[in-house]
Amino acid sequence: MPKTFLQGGVHPPECKLSKEKAIVTPLLPDRVLIPLSQHIGSPAIACVGVGDQVKTGQVIAKSSGFVSANIHASISGTVSKIGDFSDVTGYCKSALMIEREGDEWIEEIDHTETLIEDLNKSKTEIISKITHAGIVGLGGATFPSHVKLTIPPGKKCKMLLINGAECEPYLTCDHRLMLEKTEEILIGIRLLMIALEVSHAKIGIEENKADAISQFNRLIKKHPGISVVSMKTKYPQGGEKQLIKALTGQEVSPGEIPLDIGVIPFNIGTVYAIYEAVQKNKPLIERTVTLTGKKMGTPSNFRVRIGTILSDILEQAGGIPENTGKVILGGPMMGKAANSLNIPITKGCSGILFVEETESFRKPAEPCIRCAKCVSSCPMGLEPYLLGKLSEMGQFEKAAHEGITLCIECGSCSFICPANRPLLDWIRVGKNAVLKQARVSKK
Amino acid sequence: MEKLYTVSASPHIHSGISTPQIMRDVLLALLPALCISVWFFGFGALYVTAISVASCMFFEYFITRYILHKPLSLRDGSAAVTGLLLAFNVPTNLPEWIIITGALVSIGIAKMSFGGLGNNPFNPALVGRVFLLISFPVQMTTWPIPKGIFTPLIDAATGPTPLALVKENIKNGLPIQDIMANLPSLSDLLLGNRGGSMGEIAALALLAGFAYLLIRKVITWHIPVCILGTLGVFTGILWMSHPDLYPDPIFHLLSGGAILGAVFMATDYTTSPMSLKGKVAYGIGIGLITGLIRVYGAYPEGMSFAILIMNAFVPLINVYMKPARFGKEVKHG
Ligand code: SF4
Ligand code: SF4
Repeated sequence: MPKTFLQGGVHPPECKLSKEKAIVTPLLPDRVLIPLSQHIGSPAIACVGVGDQVKTGQVIAKSSGFVSANIHASISGTVSKIGDFSDVTGYCKSALMIEREGDEWIEEIDHTETLIEDLNKSKTEIISKITHAGIVGLGGATFPSHVKLTIPPGKKCKMLLINGAECEPYLTCDHRLMLEKTEEILIGIRLLMIALEVSHAKIGIEENKADAISQFNRLIKKHPGISVVSMKTKYPQGGEKQLIKALTGQEVSPGEIPLDIGVIPFNIGTVYAIYEAVQKNKPLIERTVTLTGKKMGTPSNFRVRIGTILSDILEQAGGIPENTGKVILGGPMMGKAANSLNIPITKGCSGILFVEETESFRKPAEPCIRCAKCVSSCPMGLEPYLLGKLSEMGQFEKAAHEGITLCIECGSCSFICPANRPLLDWIRVGKNAVLKQARVSKK
Repeated sequence: MEKLYTVSASPHIHSGISTPQIMRDVLLALLPALCISVWFFGFGALYVTAISVASCMFFEYFITRYILHKPLSLRDGSAAVTGLLLAFNVPTNLPEWIIITGALVSIGIAKMSFGGLGNNPFNPALVGRVFLLISFPVQMTTWPIPKGIFTPLIDAATGPTPLALVKENIKNGLPIQDIMANLPSLSDLLLGNRGGSMGEIAALALLAGFAYLLIRKVITWHIPVCILGTLGVFTGILWMSHPDLYPDPIFHLLSGGAILGAVFMATDYTTSPMSLKGKVAYGIGIGLITGLIRVYGAYPEGMSFAILIMNAFVPLINVYMKPARFGKEVKHG
């Protein structure tokens, strides 16, 4: 029986248009725009200046605290600008532009394809390499990995969980990585097991990726302690709490972190980046991105240098589809809409989805018919119709009492609502108000 | 100038489920039962249905347009559903003006005066029905005897429903076996060959509708199954203790508005609880009250009252029976 979380969930059409497409490396971009904040935590601080020559892999911005991450040059060339650029949502963020000259890497990096199986590394060595490489959660959360690996005294990790759910429709980058880099990922898992001092790891993969499941099953024999779990195809199976529930049967309660129940989850893409960082000294300068959309010429999986500007690689995926009305960074359920193509691909970006003009608008909201579909689809056991209404009326205290801060913003409720109510929009408003209130009263 | 794309918050896709689509599914699910009624009661059944649906839609239109000045809500299809359900709850020989009065009560009082779809505490079709039952007890309990598709509209022979027959005869002290011998057979109950309001008569057709609603995920199984289960268990216990005093549970489940009420009336979105736990409690409540009214109450039929009574508890159920939240309870404070 495939494992799953029990409560709620929805079944959006899968639309995995690019699942048969092998990962390709597009031509090197002529310029990259690298934001200094691509992770949760404090922004990195630039350590190069305008006019400086940089090599691929060189640190260009240093982590500014424990919860922060290094940022590296993803191409070689000259730093041409440092300043504010508007990001996806239109906010200004500091970023650094490099104009490319050649393709020169710093020496330590091994950028061949040879598999390095050697596991003779100490815990501290692994963690320090991961820290240096600026690795963050590539599933979208962008939480710095070295922070997760630093276990506070008194806590103990018992099992490592690997998230291969990729439950967002359209996205296939993790699926392709699992098929094409299976052994690298398994070694990455072994390295993480050493770093966390655990003897067990579970890889959770949704049933719709049967090829990846059987591939792992074939290759895990060499790797003691690792098992593969097939999970039901259901959104949001890859949500951290839902994944943990499916793989361990345990629930991470509000206010707890996964470590409190003895597990730490990592995403497939992150594990691959960790393999590269530890075995090949390669910092996080590229990632797999799915470029997709119903009208896209060739939906593809690209291995893209961080900071590549979207419009610069689009041609290689068949150009921007005609009548595109919306450009989404990430999947259609949780991704962010971008207002232009002039945006850099960052560490947390797993896909770009082009939506047709006709599908870009929401239908007008109608009165709630109290069908309870939002309630039964909420994976957190909340009552979205009620939370939405309380937020709309500004009754944030009541909303807090109804558990609004538990919302993982998965969007299942807005997706299912037959009255097209913007439930999650209102819930976000309420959640932010409640969290702000909590911060104020703490001070 | 560079093209700017639409920006909005996630999620960026929608299931495509819509209110009109749900209402259409409910109408479709009622279609088999409507056909059976026409088969047994003749075109009178169709006539009653047409009047009821048309007048519900008219009142909805009139009230939103000229009294409330709100956006028109006819498109959502809920008025048509109310109209059809109201028609299913009255005898097919009911005079037009009584039906129209029922429609006015359903839409005007039970629904629109509370703010329309999604705000009414009581099931509109049932309020209409109960209003008619109290105001026009004679007309509302004179059931045409099914005579096939060409049953004449007026002056049709009339007779009591099986449930009323049983209640009346028990009161007169007849032994149950004799009473049951005069009742429609089980197969007649299943197929619809008996007296009753048009929608109550054909158990099989209604169950087909139930299956359709489940497949289309319009409703979950909880409410109907809990109602019928509870009613079955309740009447079953009585029957087992005194088989000569009480009719068997199968008879109870197949007669009166049990299935119609459990599947189509009690599951009305607006007037039923939100959580699955709540739905179970609500269903058990309705089943129990129906049984009590049928066995001990003054009316032979208890479903309508039971649903309305439980409708009144729904706000309470929604407050006290919440879905289980993920993880352990948050400590407040
Ligand atoms: S899904 Fe929409 S219509 Fe249904 S109860 Fe929730 S908010 Fe209301
Ligand atoms: S977005 Fe929040 S409220 Fe809506 S279904 Fe997801 S967790 Fe529940």
